Amino acid sequence: MSETVNNPEPPIERYSVVAKVFHWVSALTIFGLFGLGLWMRELDYYDPWYQPAPDLHKSIGMLLVVWILARILWRWKQSTPTPLAHHKPWEVKLAHAVHWLLYLGLFLIFISGYLIATSEGRGVYIFDLFEFPALIPPFDQQEDIAGFIHEWGAYALMAAAALHIAGALKHHFVDKDATLKRML
Amino acid sequence: MKFNLKTITAASLLALSSQLWAAENYVIDTKGMHAFVEFKIQHLGYSWLKGRFNDFSGTFSYDDKNPEKSNVKVTIKTASVDSNHGERDKHLRSDDFLDVSKYPEAKFVSTKVVSTGKGTAKIHGNLTLHGVTKEVVIDAVEVGAGKDPWGGYRRGFTGTTKFAMADFGITKNLGPASTHVEMILNIEGIRQ
Repeated sequence: MSETVNNPEPPIERYSVVAKVFHWVSALTIFGLFGLGLWMRELDYYDPWYQPAPDLHKSIGMLLVVWILARILWRWKQSTPTPLAHHKPWEVKLAHAVHWLLYLGLFLIFISGYLIATSEGRGVYIFDLFEFPALIPPFDQQEDIAGFIHEWGAYALMAAAALHIAGALKHHFVDKDATLKRML
Repeated sequence: MKFNLKTITAASLLALSSQLWAAENYVIDTKGMHAFVEFKIQHLGYSWLKGRFNDFSGTFSYDDKNPEKSNVKVTIKTASVDSNHGERDKHLRSDDFLDVSKYPEAKFVSTKVVSTGKGTAKIHGNLTLHGVTKEVVIDAVEVGAGKDPWGGYRRGFTGTTKFAMADFGITKNLGPASTHVEMILNIEGIRQ
């Protein structure tokens, strides 16, 4: 392809420290929010966490939105490491498709979560410090529709994350290449 | 067999008058929304939480001479529950409470009206909620009746009743102060 011929710069081999921090903080936060979301729904009404847990889920979720937006902006301005030379075209394509699914899932969850929290036209509180306003006028059955998308979007995201992890582990343990190591 | 106009008119007048003598039929004014189906339940024993059902319909008949011949029927769409808090409403619609996908309607059908004084009555009937039908008694008070400014005739009542949610298979624990829910119906009917 002309791209490789005309590109005078050497391929980037490793992920930068910023990329690693973005990646691992996102990963931990996303799994944490998934677990918190599952757990908080089962709490008894008199459980001390019945109110704080959803507040925490919303606060961290809103911060994750900012974090992911910053990550995308940052990524946009950078060149990302090139796939390792021996990666097969289908592997590269599949990896990219899963990356897109991860971002798509995240945004579905972000938007639907925000719509659940603002379904009555009131804003979302972030750690009781700051209220992010409800920007979209409430519509009919908002909390039900958004709730459905939020729940199934989260399961779908976990499925995509499982593929992502399976890919990383396959490269590490089966192919024994540096794919995973360069993100560590 | 042939009917002439006179017999038809006479027959329909007769039918109409007998209906008028028997009872007046009313349709609850949900079009102009002069009717409210509300509920209240204690929160922790410290305050009242109020909410309402926005989508319902109903009819009643009223017999001035013979109030005990009156009857009422109200059907409520459970998904229209509204407590002014989206996340709570979503929870109320879930299988912890109303389970609206399984039980989309609740209804009250009166079985017996017992007059308890001028303009007051106990309306016995079957309440179907959460798939369970049980008898409840509504304390009803007539608020007023008369012509409206637009050529119609209206009559309105307030009715209240109280029941344990567990009686209708709603067993989610909300604490000892919050086992019973009170229903408040304010209905205005337009005479047909």
